[in-house]
Amino acid sequence: MASPARVRPGLGRRADCTGWGLRRVRRRERAGPLEYSRKLWLRLWLAATFAFLYAPIAILILFSFNDSRRNIVWQGFTLEYYERAFGNASLIEAFTNSLAIGVLSTVISTAIGALLALALWRFRFPGKPALEGAMALPIVIPEICMGVALMAFFIRTGWPTALPWPLNLGPIVIGHVAFSFPFVAIVVRARMAGFDRALEEASKDLGAGEWQTFRHITLPYMKPGLIAGGLLAMTLSLDDFVITFFTSGPETLTFPVKVYSMVRFGATPEVNAASTLLILVTVLLTVLAMRLQRPERGGELKA
Amino acid sequence: MSLAPIVRIEAVSKRFGGVAAVDRVSLAIRPNEFFALLGPSGCGKTTLLRMLAGFERPSEGRILIDGEDMAGVVPNRRPVNMVFQSYAVFPHMTVADNVAYGLKVSGVARAEIGPRVEGALAMVRLEGFEARRPDQLSGGQRQRVALARALVKRPKVLLLDEPLSALDKKLREEMQLELVRLQQEVGITFVIVTHDQEEALSMADRIAVMNRGKILQVAPPDELYEQPNCRMVADFIGTTNLFPGRVLECAAGGIRLAAPGLGELRLAEDGSPGSEVGIAVRPEKVQISHERPAGELIALPGRIVQLAYFGDYSHVYVETGDSVRITCYRTNRSRRETGALAVGDACWVSWHPADCILLTE
Repeated sequence: MASPARVRPGLGRRADCTGWGLRRVRRRERAGPLEYSRKLWLRLWLAATFAFLYAPIAILILFSFNDSRRNIVWQGFTLEYYERAFGNASLIEAFTNSLAIGVLSTVISTAIGALLALALWRFRFPGKPALEGAMALPIVIPEICMGVALMAFFIRTGWPTALPWPLNLGPIVIGHVAFSFPFVAIVVRARMAGFDRALEEASKDLGAGEWQTFRHITLPYMKPGLIAGGLLAMTLSLDDFVITFFTSGPETLTFPVKVYSMVRFGATPEVNAASTLLILVTVLLTVLAMRLQRPERGGELKA
Repeated sequence: MSLAPIVRIEAVSKRFGGVAAVDRVSLAIRPNEFFALLGPSGCGKTTLLRMLAGFERPSEGRILIDGEDMAGVVPNRRPVNMVFQSYAVFPHMTVADNVAYGLKVSGVARAEIGPRVEGALAMVRLEGFEARRPDQLSGGQRQRVALARALVKRPKVLLLDEPLSALDKKLREEMQLELVRLQQEVGITFVIVTHDQEEALSMADRIAVMNRGKILQVAPPDELYEQPNCRMVADFIGTTNLFPGRVLECAAGGIRLAAPGLGELRLAEDGSPGSEVGIAVRPEKVQISHERPAGELIALPGRIVQLAYFGDYSHVYVETGDSVRITCYRTNRSRRETGALAVGDACWVSWHPADCILLTE
């Protein structure tokens, strides 16, 4: 019974008053060369980075409860500005518009992006390198240029502006699809790069046709890529300002555009409250997407 | 043996660009046969198999399966199933779903699927694994799923593309026996592609040796090993001591040869005078001794230059005069002989003239 004490000093005799003894032992072991998480300077650096990234958001949320119109100094807790935000009809309308645009453009750009990714993954055809290059263009073109170009396009084509909801969102949705589907395509294509073509062949070998193979084998494998791509498209659409600004008609407001106009009249806690709600929506969507992406009852991500 | 072939390959070629991966191959595979396509990588054996499965279209020639021309028949309509090298087990389905997949997509009645899946899993000894996911299986178990999935479809021919190459040595030997047992049990024709000659020799009823898109020899394993028809086959199947030689004289009942390093030989073979030939001797046929052996043997004095010990047997490399190297396999029959041979020892290597294989090509 005496031997453990000799081997690991500090543990043996006081093993029963656990916390104390164990902590002492751990502190005595020196950090290994790759145990970065145990190095103080690295922990401080990490803390600083997180503070830099998240402190502004935390303060934004905190000040949405501030009982002060000017919202510069903390005056006390209130929910008044949430009430006001919910009572602000045009803010609610902008929020609804943003969500509608987000959902529509996500669905469309995920479909187009996935098809493009499949075509590029699966086939060899003349002009493929050119298409691959052109595909990435909407990502690299400055948003402002795309916004101006889209605006010019809609004016030139005489796109009707006075349409009932949700048709009046058409130009914005088109604009959002135009810049977000390449992101989907890139994500899905990266996912497909790890796909074993033999799986498709095996499916056909076992008697499945093209469509059955796609539906039962290829699509389930693509799913995490589709979800990730869709989520990306959704967030891109929800917070896009520039392209929306140029493509929205005189009557249509989206959330970022509305917040911008509100800030111009003074940043009240109402703006913070509205922003907090948007953060909430985004976080919820992300959690949902991650849950969907989780290897259901096993691991399709491993392959 | 006189049964109509289940697979008939008639002058089939496959060209990729200008290169012929398969070059005018003709083969007849008999029903219930365990047939192996053996060759080095890139010899066209996998391409040939994929043409049987329907994943590649022959550039020329015809493939008939059970008397039916397969031209224009898509893979999902062919009476064959394949076990892929990567197994290609569907990662998002359970074992049972994997096996049931082929039945579901081809519209087999729901009531029939359950028992058939059960039977197939029992056949490959995977009972109790129905609800597992592929990532919870070992390589050998995944292999069994792939087998069950193909066999449950009751194909006329089962195609296996390097099925054992991803397994470790012990498991591979186990699966070799298992595959032979399965083949006898289900009575389906197996066509296996492999680059591993031991695998082909130990499992197949007949082997086709391929090189550069052509078939060199089709024969049962023992014939292939003892009677290779050319240098390439002799060299690819097992290890060979190969000596160049020239036929001096032909007479009834044998020929006389001159072979540098071996001297003059008399073999009971045919040949034409003056032709250059190869004389091959398998290493396990070569005896090694300290004294000159008696009897009508071909015996050469030499010196041991290298020893490789494998436990049950050893490889002994002997250099005879004129720096000819002879490989000899020696069974380590008794512990009393341990250390009997050492590098540098003078010794005699010998073999019976009948163990010489005459290679004219």
